[in-house]
Amino acid sequence: MNPNGEMVLPEVLQALADQFEDVTWLKSHGQDVASMPAELWKPFAEAAKGAGFDFCSDVTAVDWMRQRPERFEVVANLLSMEHGVRLRITTALGRKDPTVDSLTSIWPGAGFGEREAYDMFGISFEGHPDLTRILMPDDWEGHPLRKDFGVGSVPVQFKESHKV
Amino acid sequence: MTDEKTIDATEATETVDLWVAGTEEPQFQPTDEGQQEMFVEETDERLAKQLGSVIDDDYLFDDDVEDDERMIVNMGPQHPSTHGVLRLQIEMEGEVIRRTKPIIGYLHTGMEKTAEQLTFGQGPTNVTRMDYLAPLHGELAYSLAVERLLDIEVPERAAAIRVLMTELNRISSHLVALATNGMDIGALSMMLYGFRERESILAFFEKTTGLRMNHNYIRPGGVAADLPPGWKDDVAAILADLPVRLAQYDDLLKENPIWLSRTQGVGVITQEEAKAFSITGPILRATGVNWDLRKAFPYSGIENYEFDVPVGENGDVYDRYRMRVLEIIESLKIVEQAMDRMPKGDYRIDDRKVTPPPRARIDESMEALIHHFKLFTEGFKVPAGETYVAVESPRGELGCYMVSDGEANPYRMHTRAPSFYNLQALPITMADSLMADTIATIASMDPVMGDVDR
Amino acid sequence: MANTTPPGNLLMTTVEKAANWARTRSMFPATFGLACCAIEMMATGAGHYDLARFGMEVFRASPRQADLMIVAGRVSQKMAPVLRQVYDQMPDPKWVVSMGACASSGGMFNNYALVQGVDQIVPVDIYVPGCPPGPQSLMHGVLTLHDKIMSGEIVR
Repeated sequence: MNPNGEMVLPEVLQALADQFEDVTWLKSHGQDVASMPAELWKPFAEAAKGAGFDFCSDVTAVDWMRQRPERFEVVANLLSMEHGVRLRITTALGRKDPTVDSLTSIWPGAGFGEREAYDMFGISFEGHPDLTRILMPDDWEGHPLRKDFGVGSVPVQFKESHKV
Repeated sequence: MTDEKTIDATEATETVDLWVAGTEEPQFQPTDEGQQEMFVEETDERLAKQLGSVIDDDYLFDDDVEDDERMIVNMGPQHPSTHGVLRLQIEMEGEVIRRTKPIIGYLHTGMEKTAEQLTFGQGPTNVTRMDYLAPLHGELAYSLAVERLLDIEVPERAAAIRVLMTELNRISSHLVALATNGMDIGALSMMLYGFRERESILAFFEKTTGLRMNHNYIRPGGVAADLPPGWKDDVAAILADLPVRLAQYDDLLKENPIWLSRTQGVGVITQEEAKAFSITGPILRATGVNWDLRKAFPYSGIENYEFDVPVGENGDVYDRYRMRVLEIIESLKIVEQAMDRMPKGDYRIDDRKVTPPPRARIDESMEALIHHFKLFTEGFKVPAGETYVAVESPRGELGCYMVSDGEANPYRMHTRAPSFYNLQALPITMADSLMADTIATIASMDPVMGDVDR
Repeated sequence: MANTTPPGNLLMTTVEKAANWARTRSMFPATFGLACCAIEMMATGAGHYDLARFGMEVFRASPRQADLMIVAGRVSQKMAPVLRQVYDQMPDPKWVVSMGACASSGGMFNNYALVQGVDQIVPVDIYVPGCPPGPQSLMHGVLTLHDKIMSGEIVR
């Protein structure tokens, strides 16, 4: 932030910001975050790769059940080794049939992260070469990290405790 | 066999089993291993789908291969050389590996779900069990994320203790990597040596944190306890001992022709591939990329220490082995500097909303007692927000994506596990290599399955 | 009756004791490392602690050659069938040591992903507490198992 309260973006990001008007930029604890509608997800990522973000650190998701109008948020952490800049891009997806474009054609390394998000949240990534469960068994029902999926703990009874 | 192919008597006399030197070389019939397929209706698309996240790899998939020349071999999850419960589906053509698919999840512990049940103060107990060879790095990433959300800075001494402990942890982790790497390739002495030296570091950890592994030592706001009396002697002993031992390892392996022939040019990955597949740590540096988060995004004041980042050039198993040896040497430098200029002061932040009061204060002060009670029952609340913090673990970029909604528990805690993403290198490094090199390649990746599956 | 005593030195024992003694002194553990405990299990087998002193340094890769299974680490729902299959392949008599809190009871991870105690899948002879148990604890568990075998019957 400059003294006038306006956001100051690094040069690499400013070019991106000029290119896409529908992208909301904000600073979160010193990190640059770009939120965008789902249809801009892949075009923006392509532009980001062109701007020097040659490394996709991580793809994950958050379930904002009942806290936000759009239930799911897909988060990708990008990194530019050349400029030494990190960028987090997010997009919000609705509760019904959440789908977003896959980033694997831009960064193949996003593959495992997207499979994990699919496994844990049930978010589909269109264009992913192998969107299957990665951590849970293939016949598992439900998506464990959704907020409406219980922890699945069994009651523990200690010797000294009262009968449950 | 069809009628045309039946060998008639005249041909049979020509194909002899015995070949006398000096005579013309006979043509042997190739052996046929029979039809091998995973599914009844095997299509190319289906096979391509099995490939996992690998796409557009023309050298991985050869259309000309006939079905009966292809064989699928399953390795693991219970296999002594897969470093835990990694399962590999390997498609082979004779002795040559064409495609590999890592199948993981056999150690999935649901830690990200458990993290949502635990308070921010209890969180390190959980993350320390992820990468169990480098538990302190997991705690550090978690604590840094919480501290960034709280917007607090730990005292200098706490930061220095963190640097000291994590660098020692890097050494012990790399020692295990060298040990298992040696064991898998057949250098069994390396296994015994690696674990022997690791004991000296673990003894110091046990003295400081109370546990050999899974320490829960680095916590939001500082560290759990100050360094024990006489810690300098212990660290100095480690610093004096390890360089001698490392020289012994070099004698054993560095120019050993057997070791060289088994590691050089094996499991090669290029810079472009490594970057594209999100591979970090020693594997990335072995390809020649000078990238270390300690230099690029310093944390805990590590920018004040002098050390180099070793960089390889070939990206093969040998370079990865060298990276680990050289990183141990660099870590020793950092440990020595941390030991020499360990600042005086508090080992945790003096903020009663985050860290508990000293034990003696609880007996005297009602307020301290209340703080202590509140901290260990409800925990402390963290302002809403999200952040991503990454540290350089022995295996690469260990990130923690933390989301808080203002409560005492994380709303979401996600770990960017280096081993998880590094496993994506396996299909590339193993493509078109020999079966016998599989073990060397897996060992050089140094995957920790607890980190992969979480 | 000429010369009923055989020549040379002689020790008298029962068949049971002799068989049990032989079993305890050459136990072959299967390598079943799962998580953190596996590292401590390897440390136990390595030079510093030297499990070979108790005749069991040979960790067998094949369950067919093993008679002791050290379940070292947390058992996930996905791993449970594999574990049972490995156990079924081991020849009788066989024993199971549940190493660590996670294998014994699920430990701190009381959630959807983990089997809450490996004793739900295979019969367990010895539980070794700790998270992870140090090499000394594991050795104590193994020695306790030896005592248990020595005092038991050979028929299982």
